[in-house]
Amino acid sequence: MENYKMLNNVAVSENGFLFLPGTGESFTLNEIGRMILEYLKEGNSSNEIIEKIAGEYDVDETVAERDFNDFINQLKNFRIVDAI
Amino acid sequence: MKIAVTGLNNVDNPGPGVPVIRGIREADDFDGEIIGLIYDALEPGAYMSEVASRNYLIPYPSGGLDIYFERLSQINEIEKIDVIIPTLDAEMFAFAKLKSKLESIGIKTLVPTVEQLTIRGKDKLFSFCEKYNISAPKNYLASSVQDLYKLPSELKYPVVIKGIFYDAYIANNFDEAESYFRKISSKWGYPIIVQEYIKGSEYNVCALGDGEGGTVGAVAMKKLFITDKGKGWAGVSIEDDEIIDISRKVIEELNWIGGAEFEFMRDEETNKNYLLEINPRFPAWVYLAVAAGQNLPHAAVQLAQGKKVETFESYEVGKIFIRYSWDLITDIKKFEEITVKGVLNNE
Amino acid sequence: MSKKYYERPVIIKQHSGMMNKFGSSPSLPPITEVEGIPVKELTEKYGSPLFTFSERKIRDNQRKMLRIFKTRYPKVQFAWSYKTNYLGAICSVFHQEGSWAEVVSEFEYDKAKGLGVDGQHIIFNGPDKTEEALEKAVKDKAKIHIDHFDELYSLMEITERLNLKADVAIRVNMDTGIYPKWDRFGFNYENGEAAQALKRIAMNDNLNLIGLHTHIGTYIMSAEPYRQAVIVLVELANMLSKQYDIALDYIDVGGGLPSNNTLKGQYLDAEQILPTYEQYADAITAPLFDLNLKPDELPTLILESGRALIDDAGYLLSTVIGNKRLSNGKRTIIIDAGVNYLFTSHWFNHKIAPAQHSGSFTENSAVYGPLCMNIDVLREDIVLPTMRKGDQVVILYVGAYSVTQWMQFITLRPNVVMIMEDGSVEVIRESEKLENITSSEKVPEKLNSFSLK
Repeated sequence: MENYKMLNNVAVSENGFLFLPGTGESFTLNEIGRMILEYLKEGNSSNEIIEKIAGEYDVDETVAERDFNDFINQLKNFRIVDAI
Repeated sequence: MKIAVTGLNNVDNPGPGVPVIRGIREADDFDGEIIGLIYDALEPGAYMSEVASRNYLIPYPSGGLDIYFERLSQINEIEKIDVIIPTLDAEMFAFAKLKSKLESIGIKTLVPTVEQLTIRGKDKLFSFCEKYNISAPKNYLASSVQDLYKLPSELKYPVVIKGIFYDAYIANNFDEAESYFRKISSKWGYPIIVQEYIKGSEYNVCALGDGEGGTVGAVAMKKLFITDKGKGWAGVSIEDDEIIDISRKVIEELNWIGGAEFEFMRDEETNKNYLLEINPRFPAWVYLAVAAGQNLPHAAVQLAQGKKVETFESYEVGKIFIRYSWDLITDIKKFEEITVKGVLNNE
Repeated sequence: MSKKYYERPVIIKQHSGMMNKFGSSPSLPPITEVEGIPVKELTEKYGSPLFTFSERKIRDNQRKMLRIFKTRYPKVQFAWSYKTNYLGAICSVFHQEGSWAEVVSEFEYDKAKGLGVDGQHIIFNGPDKTEEALEKAVKDKAKIHIDHFDELYSLMEITERLNLKADVAIRVNMDTGIYPKWDRFGFNYENGEAAQALKRIAMNDNLNLIGLHTHIGTYIMSAEPYRQAVIVLVELANMLSKQYDIALDYIDVGGGLPSNNTLKGQYLDAEQILPTYEQYADAITAPLFDLNLKPDELPTLILESGRALIDDAGYLLSTVIGNKRLSNGKRTIIIDAGVNYLFTSHWFNHKIAPAQHSGSFTENSAVYGPLCMNIDVLREDIVLPTMRKGDQVVILYVGAYSVTQWMQFITLRPNVVMIMEDGSVEVIRESEKLENITSSEKVPEKLNSFSLK
């Protein structure tokens, strides 16, 4: 599975508010969305992140993986993350 | 005393919230707090610290009344609102329908009734005017292109082709009329309003009805500068008994309650005034009325509370408003606060 | 340690004018149960999708509407509009509440008879009444509302041939200021056709003129057109009493009252702009007092409301089949109920509520049905919380016209249940089986066999 890293300068607040200084765009994230970005920032691999989510939340790994991939695709489109 | 006001979107097509608040704040006997209710995190009024103490995001009324009411009640739990003054066209039906429910949680409002809102509809106003002998441009409703062929011969081109909610075009001949008919009907549906075109200049009246037929005050204005969106960017208070009298008459016949703006077209040849539209709320230039001596927003708050208000008999002619734009500087933190928490605290 | 509630990760870009859960149009709050019964339980037992009707709500609606009119006019009779919803159980609730039957075809006529409604409590409307149907109606003493001159002449011929009298009314259309004008049904008032038809009937010994009928349209959004219509009917009634000494039994103003379902292209929610039923009732009843009649001779006011009485008593429960993201990034939700069950979704933006509690994050989504057809769209744009496969939704305002206009297309039609006043659940129409469809098909003999390689 491909791994991802957050692009430079992306700032996420505790409230789940994300501001892209390069483009001036802002976003809001729900709790899991914010967690995923946090895990990415810490350098976790995709598999590690999915495991962590399935461990902490009431969801099986298949669903967590599918949602993770969908989420990552959006983040790529918004130029928030990139594949390593 | 806590007052909530909507419409802080003072952008290039401004909502009346900021001037309404300005009026209320300037009243001698005003002693209370004002909060803003906003639909968009970027409504400029919300960031102007001298306008409202706190600004709350609320959902659009088009999302359903229950949800709308729930959000207002939620804000009320925190703020204990005494009066809400709604200022935008699109929310009037919602407030009219929620009036008694809001009262049950201690909030008073000043808003026209559903019937009053309906009569002023673009497709209804003409028959109302006809009934009460008020001049209005002749109006025909068309629901098919065939109806355009059946227009009476006394209707001469150019004519105005209008949508039931928005949009208006001047058609110089049948072909243009037909093409605008199709254009508007695909967007806004039927009927299409075909209106007599009156060449002249526009005059406006800002007024307040007390709900019992009385007019609390009325100020006439001529636009001096009009933007490419058709909005007055500067205007002057004028003396014109005729359009003031027509406005008073409409308020009397309808027992109009709340703020209103009457739009007139004065025929450049005959000098006759035609009533074009009634907007069911104060106009964005309402502060000119305040400056000319009639603090109608403050009177509206008093009316909402059921207090007796003195009527204004005169105003100062020759007062000018000139709108200007100003770049307010704030931090992304403020934007984050309102986006994530739904409230922006200016204190 | 119990795990935390999972909501799929969401990121929403902030656009001006389309803000967040506070500012944008939010999702409806979840509807987890219908009449006290959990949605999950209903679909587990009766399948998904599932049409669910509430007996209590139907009775409440009918009683409330009757009260609104009765407090304004002394003699009021409702007639249930079969085309709006002709399931036997639904009609029978209305008949138990005292409503007559209002039918517009021989099929509906037979259905009413089959449920036990006698002829004199059936109002027979519509432009298509066959000779056989008319004969039946004459023999049953049904109230026949004549739609056009050809029908009037056939009726004269039939009554003469059978040597029977028929109770009739005519349908009148007039300009009530609404668009479109429904002048294709009935006799026009302005051009004198209605007066001419009435004269013709008054002079015929076999036709007993007992009423006047109109039906000005459907989903009428203001009360005033009704007033205009009743003014016309009152004028005709006064003319009949003066010129022919005919005292009418009733004036039937038809239906057309809207429900709170919101039409497409309507910016504001229906509940905000529609008048109240009290206002409609004021407009309908006020002109009746201009009848030149003694109080004890006042005709009965008949109403044929359909939509207004049943729409909010019907719910369509449906299950999420899957989520998808379109190429433009838009979220879509595919559910197991499509436009084949919900014909009305072509005209209305049906409200859709989630059937379970979920996180507070919402997303603008499109809701698609399960059909393999591009037209199968229930909502182009609706704000909903994040949905998982197997989650459920409740579609509102589906009581009117859906279970009469639905079709068997691609899939079979599902169960329809009624939640009874005592909380029990009854199946009022069983889900279709393959045999229901194939039993009326015939395959020519030469097509009976084939071999595929």
